[in-house]
Amino acid sequence: MDSWETVIGLEVHAELATKTKMFSSALNSFGGKPNSNTDPVSLGLPGSLPVLNEKAVELAIRVGLALNCEVQKSVFARKNYFYPDMPKAYQISQFDLPINKEGWLELSDGRRIGIERAHLEEDTGKITHVGGGGRIHEASYSLIDYNRSGVPLIEIVGAPDLRGPDEARDYVSELRSILVTIGASDGKMEEGSLRVDCNVSVRQKGDKELGTRCEIKNINSLRSLGRAIEYEAKRQIEIIESGQKIEQQTRHWDEAEGRTHKLRSKEEAFDYRYFPEPDLVPIEPSEEWVKEIADSLPPLPRDRRYLLAETIGVEPTETSLIVQRDLDGFALKAISFKANKKRVLVHLENNLADGTGELTPEAFASLTVMEMNGELTATQTKTVLAELVRAGGDPQEIAESHGFESMDNSELEEIVDRIILENSDDWVVFINGDETERKKKSGFFVGLIMKETRGQADGKMVNQILSDKAKN
Amino acid sequence: MVQRISREEVAHVARLAQLALSEDELDAFTSQLAAVLDHAADLEALNVDDVEPSTHPFPLKNVLRVDEPGEDFNIDEVFEVAPKVEESQFRVPRILGES
Repeated sequence: MDSWETVIGLEVHAELATKTKMFSSALNSFGGKPNSNTDPVSLGLPGSLPVLNEKAVELAIRVGLALNCEVQKSVFARKNYFYPDMPKAYQISQFDLPINKEGWLELSDGRRIGIERAHLEEDTGKITHVGGGGRIHEASYSLIDYNRSGVPLIEIVGAPDLRGPDEARDYVSELRSILVTIGASDGKMEEGSLRVDCNVSVRQKGDKELGTRCEIKNINSLRSLGRAIEYEAKRQIEIIESGQKIEQQTRHWDEAEGRTHKLRSKEEAFDYRYFPEPDLVPIEPSEEWVKEIADSLPPLPRDRRYLLAETIGVEPTETSLIVQRDLDGFALKAISFKANKKRVLVHLENNLADGTGELTPEAFASLTVMEMNGELTATQTKTVLAELVRAGGDPQEIAESHGFESMDNSELEEIVDRIILENSDDWVVFINGDETERKKKSGFFVGLIMKETRGQADGKMVNQILSDKAKN
Repeated sequence: MVQRISREEVAHVARLAQLALSEDELDAFTSQLAAVLDHAADLEALNVDDVEPSTHPFPLKNVLRVDEPGEDFNIDEVFEVAPKVEESQFRVPRILGES
């Protein structure tokens, strides 16, 4: 197993956050009564003609710029197929001239993943198969809602640069975070506004050639993405190790069964007969327009990671979680109030996962200073922090109301001495035992001392006193 | 000289377009399509090195619409002429295969 490498390339479809559809003025809105957000264009009625939504183009350019792509002259194309989710028998997409080409996205660990293209296309209607438990082949008939038909999509095609389920998940969360930050999409996987198709192949580590790939569809969450990749890589490795060859296929992820099923082989792949869409003229955004859009972009997650990391004095990888939680602005504010930078990082990462609630940057700053001055132990700081998040207030007052006063060292030493005397057998093991025994006894003594001081002793100080006494 | 289109290719294209062609029709369309393609192939005699590829006969670009909702549309008029409607959705026979 260890000699194998999994190679992954993702195709992400994101619905663009416009008010109306890509080629008509029907509403782009999720939910609502079936077919209520339709018009002749989204229903593909004869004689209806598409007119391109300026906002969809602007958002596509925003995506391209945020992904470091080249924005170029582009052309729409018809992708022909017969299926009732597109009643006009073709989907308007882009083919050989996409609006954005050749960019990259940086993972939270700093590794860059290639973006081959990010093009515009229209979404399709939603089909519900009735009867046969929703299975296509056993259904008795199907119902179609065209509310989604014609919703603008950006399809972002990533290079096969990802090397495992963790990277794939990281890529999608980073991409989602970028899309949301620049206002291009709401990025909701559960509502289907962000959809992921996943190309998986395997090869021996060190090989330059790519293996034969399979495309996996129907992935509805980050969790499914990871599971589907793990399953599919294992399936392919087993096939190759048994001496057989991988057949290029499209496969369907079944979340309940935790496996992929063959949907169709390469021979059955569709022949879409793309050709330039005669009802639409090319898009050639002016340099001024592209520059205007570039200037209006907010700081991207990557910029925010770097800024916070530089401010605190750590690596950007250490600030990615905080940016993901959208707490970097809060961190910078607290630091502007002279907070202890490292403690800001630690608390935002470990103790403020559910948000900052009623905590203000000022109070947070004072708390980190109190903690660093030794006025509060780590445990006490956590208690005060939780209360600040719940109800706000002044950390000094909260600490006093709990009776948190840092313990005098001589007082602490007396307690330590007494406990050692009361547990002299354990103390001998602590001094003379091997590392495991030492560790065990250390925990035993710290526990007793904390109990005796009702948690007011500083854990670090207790450990220090114990090891000093052990040496003497 | 470009390769002439084969009868098999015409049958393939017809199948993709969901057209049921008889054997006689296949023969007829094969020669007709070949004639059209031969005509297009004549253009290959021209030197177009300095000509920018065009994708549309009109010299237009960036025809755009402002992102504002339009007039209300009465879907019931469409439902009235639809073969079958159920719960505000279009009802179609069971579908084989996937999109």
